[in-house]
Amino acid sequence: MSKLSKAVASEADLKTIDGVAAGDAEVLEQLYQDYYPMVLKMIVQNSGTEDSAKDIFQEAVIVLYDRVRQGDFELSCKLKTYIYAVCRRLWLKQLGAQERVFYDVESYAELIPVEDDLARHREKDRELSRMERALGELGEPCRTIIKDFYILGLSMQEICEKFGYTNADNAKTQKYKCLQRLKKLFFAAIR
Amino acid sequence: MMNEHAFTQQADRYLNGEMDSTERVAFEQYCHEHPEVAEQLAQHRLFLRQLKEQAARAAFRETLTKVAADYHAPVATNTDADREPVVLTLWNRFKVNALVAASVAVVAVFSTLWLSGYYKTIQTTTSNFSALRRDMNTVKKNVNAQNAVIRNINSGQKGDPVGHFGATGFLLSGNGYVVTNYHVVKDADSVHLQNNKGESFRADVVYTDPAHDLAMLYISDSTFKALKSVPYTFKSSPSELGEDVYTIGFPRDEVVYGQGYLSSQTGYAGDTTAYQISIPVNPGNSGGPVLDSRGNVIGIISGKQTGIDGASFAIKSEAMLKSISAIAVDSLESKLVINKKNSLNGLRRTEQVKRIQDYVYMVKVF
Repeated sequence: MSKLSKAVASEADLKTIDGVAAGDAEVLEQLYQDYYPMVLKMIVQNSGTEDSAKDIFQEAVIVLYDRVRQGDFELSCKLKTYIYAVCRRLWLKQLGAQERVFYDVESYAELIPVEDDLARHREKDRELSRMERALGELGEPCRTIIKDFYILGLSMQEICEKFGYTNADNAKTQKYKCLQRLKKLFFAAIR
Repeated sequence: MMNEHAFTQQADRYLNGEMDSTERVAFEQYCHEHPEVAEQLAQHRLFLRQLKEQAARAAFRETLTKVAADYHAPVATNTDADREPVVLTLWNRFKVNALVAASVAVVAVFSTLWLSGYYKTIQTTTSNFSALRRDMNTVKKNVNAQNAVIRNINSGQKGDPVGHFGATGFLLSGNGYVVTNYHVVKDADSVHLQNNKGESFRADVVYTDPAHDLAMLYISDSTFKALKSVPYTFKSSPSELGEDVYTIGFPRDEVVYGQGYLSSQTGYAGDTTAYQISIPVNPGNSGGPVLDSRGNVIGIISGKQTGIDGASFAIKSEAMLKSISAIAVDSLESKLVINKKNSLNGLRRTEQVKRIQDYVYMVKVF
């Protein structure tokens, strides 16, 4: 790989990255078709199974997603190289302390540092799983009300009708209580 | 100072951009004046961002899982489909080979059957009619052994050639026209006639009539001397049932006399051009004359029905005369005159046979 092409990410790769950020199913499918066989080969050659390859690849895509969503992501190499490096790192970590010889299948793929990205991903993962847990504990109908209002952006009037509250004020009160509870659950987990 | 409920409402509106400019300014002013409120707002904003991120990520993960399932699914079903009908996949793979092999086999089988003469055999075995030419191959071995002995004695002199088939024929006229069965001379390379004295003459097939199973030969050998006119006549009117008939022929290398009676006016399978006669006949009798007690030739032995005793068939001489009348006279080398004068009538049977013998030949086909 020459220095020149290394500096500039290709048009197609940038498009793919945008697609990943938007959660475009077609782009994800293409991602699988293009890069999964390579990852599968690497993992199977290094004492892994097809199932672990599936898991690792999925996680790598989420790493990429997290990284892209943060907005300051700049691809410094081929997307293929990036995905390979992430998967390799993830797999090595899963192999853990086992002192195994690791064979790189893509000999041209130089190893780019992905440790930072993985650390950020782990941090994000922690935060978000905390949120997920808090939401899980919140229970119905609070969860749906919160989702409808803050994520789907429904108005209080619509929520009032959907849940059959007598007036919008009641709904507002209900939503406020739910939010307070969610916050309490979320921050309780931090401490 | 507003309570928390009111503040949350205000903050949501502020963050969603639902406030107009005056409200906005007032809210910002308020936050600015109360640092603890500002902090609360920041925290609220962060919290909501995390909430949204979580939702987005959950949605993404869902999409990804679906895509992954879709991507891996067809592989899984494919292997299932491959595993289940092994026979089907094998068939699909080797269909063309199988068809080619089958057609080659079919062609090979039928061509082998055809080449080995199977169909001809079928034709003859499905019919109960058995043509009475004598297959010499069975006696060939003995004859070969004999020939070997003779050769030893004669030291280098060649023995008699051996015929593949033997049958009987008899003269139509003294100048060398002989009649026999078509099945005898069919496929013949050469035909030789041997009289009761052991003299052998070469003969040409001058006329064949496969429909009536008749053939006419002409003795073309220079050593043949024309005989007196034949002693028998040919009867063209039908003979009666129960008529006493006899034949002489060569079922073996010696002339054999056979006697019987006319048992039916029709031949095999209702053939009106033949009689059924009850004379024990054997392979080699084919082409022999059938005579009545007055010395008229009434037919020519042609075959017998297998599986039924005493059912032999003779082609009527009427049919024979009709058949040879179709020969263009010009095509013959010497004139064919059918004898009209019977010199056997009134003679005793032994005398008749003695006279006839000179006119009956063993037909040897090579």
